[in-house]
Amino acid sequence: MTGLADLSTPLMMGILLGGLYTLIALGLSLVFGVMKLINVAHGDLVILASYFGYTALTVLGIDPVLSLVVGIPLLFVIGLGIQRFLLNRAFRISMEAPLIIAFGISLIIQNFAQIVWTPMSRGLTTSYALESFRVGALHVPLVYLLDFIAALVVMLFLREFLRRTYLGKAINAASQDERAAKLMGINTTRVYMFTFAIAMAFAAIAGVFLGLTFPFVPTSGVSFLIIAFGVVILGGLGSIVGTFVGGMVFGLAQTFGGYFFGVTAQLLVAYVMVLVILGIRPQGIFGR
Amino acid sequence: MAKHSQEMPQETLLKVSTIDVFHGSFQALWDVSLAVKPGEIVALIGANASGKSTLLDTISGLMHPSKGSIEFEGKNITTLDPFQIVALGISQVPEGRRIFPDLTVLDNLIIGSYNRKARSKREQNLERVYEHFPILKERKNQLAKTLSGGEQQMLAIGRGLMSDPKLMLLDEMSLGLAPIVLNELYKALREIRERGITILFVEQNVRRSLGEADRAYIMEAGRVVLSGDVADLREEEEVKKAYFGV
Repeated sequence: MTGLADLSTPLMMGILLGGLYTLIALGLSLVFGVMKLINVAHGDLVILASYFGYTALTVLGIDPVLSLVVGIPLLFVIGLGIQRFLLNRAFRISMEAPLIIAFGISLIIQNFAQIVWTPMSRGLTTSYALESFRVGALHVPLVYLLDFIAALVVMLFLREFLRRTYLGKAINAASQDERAAKLMGINTTRVYMFTFAIAMAFAAIAGVFLGLTFPFVPTSGVSFLIIAFGVVILGGLGSIVGTFVGGMVFGLAQTFGGYFFGVTAQLLVAYVMVLVILGIRPQGIFGR
Repeated sequence: MAKHSQEMPQETLLKVSTIDVFHGSFQALWDVSLAVKPGEIVALIGANASGKSTLLDTISGLMHPSKGSIEFEGKNITTLDPFQIVALGISQVPEGRRIFPDLTVLDNLIIGSYNRKARSKREQNLERVYEHFPILKERKNQLAKTLSGGEQQMLAIGRGLMSDPKLMLLDEMSLGLAPIVLNELYKALREIRERGITILFVEQNVRRSLGEADRAYIMEAGRVVLSGDVADLREEEEVKKAYFGV
């Protein structure tokens, strides 16, 4: 049992965990970067997706990842609806109104989940959920690797979408200069609608992989929102790469924090890391 | 060679009729009327805070008048959203250029052709923009924020052309630019007019703008105080006194 092998466990776990955190944070980052809205319901929407996956697994016997075939379009459409009918109107009222609406959505989801699925801790216990494999001296849980791969796939998709499609370029433009975007003939109302819907689709994916990795309860959304928020501001607003690096840093801070200071100190160390980095570079690592 | 303005048809392209526009409770425009005929270059002149930019923004749909109407090609556009007005053929090159700094020159131009009608003519219009401004072709893969002020203005104008407009609005194009650069820009504007696009531009520099326009409107404190053919305006006592110190 050499010192090096000891450190490689938190190192590997931190990176993979960072992948999950990135996956969760991407939707938040997108909405924050484009619409300048902190979607405080994001964590709860992710957990809602976890519960959908749970229902698919326990009631229908369908693998949760497979259930995303329905889950992604479902949350996409819900996202279109939320933006079109709730948030869009709220934006016209004031800067704070959308925040309050999001908070309301958060409460509704938490209570809905509590009624439907009870406060009991749930998890997506598929056949492979507890498997792990060996890399040299390390035991790596399979789901952690899947989380990481999913994060990479989603990130790649988002980057190419923003670069190559007209809608993607419009989203990018609107996030840089809303007024100029309008003058280009961009219907910003529609752009925001699709941005939020895409963020919801990402939340669907994040929810399933979160459920495979950790147990969850109706109020888990809040904890993950805070982590996602930390990841986003750490990495810098408006940067996909930033969110990824932020996820890595957060994951590593957590695992090494746990390694050196014990499990209860994990998140504390991670948040202290966020504060330290923001103190040095307030706009985040890759912030504009 | 007959003067351009004598050859054009009499119908009006853009007609603004007695509009009032408010910023909150502050009245920015009072009873403003303006008309632009196809093929003209019209200047909108006035000092800071005279309402010129507000007028352009209202034509573009970013603001809406509380009184009066705006017609384009005979169609009432008073309450339309900005993207609908772009689709109808009015394009604004905003004050301060407002190009997208983190997109490439090419992406900035491509975004200009976002509205569906312009998309099919994208490559055609792109070639035309490169003809007007060859430097944009050279720098097409550079990030827009790395361009000089003059080049950014060219990019902003090029971007405005990509929406295939019939009428182009330019807001304070010359701000912060050297006379040499301005010459190039005005030359491009003349070329753009030759292609059949009508131009309405806002300027603080009276002399220069009167030199480039067919007609002009002079604004003060939110009202139109003087208007007419440039030749006539130059002779106006008030204009001479106020702007040429004669």
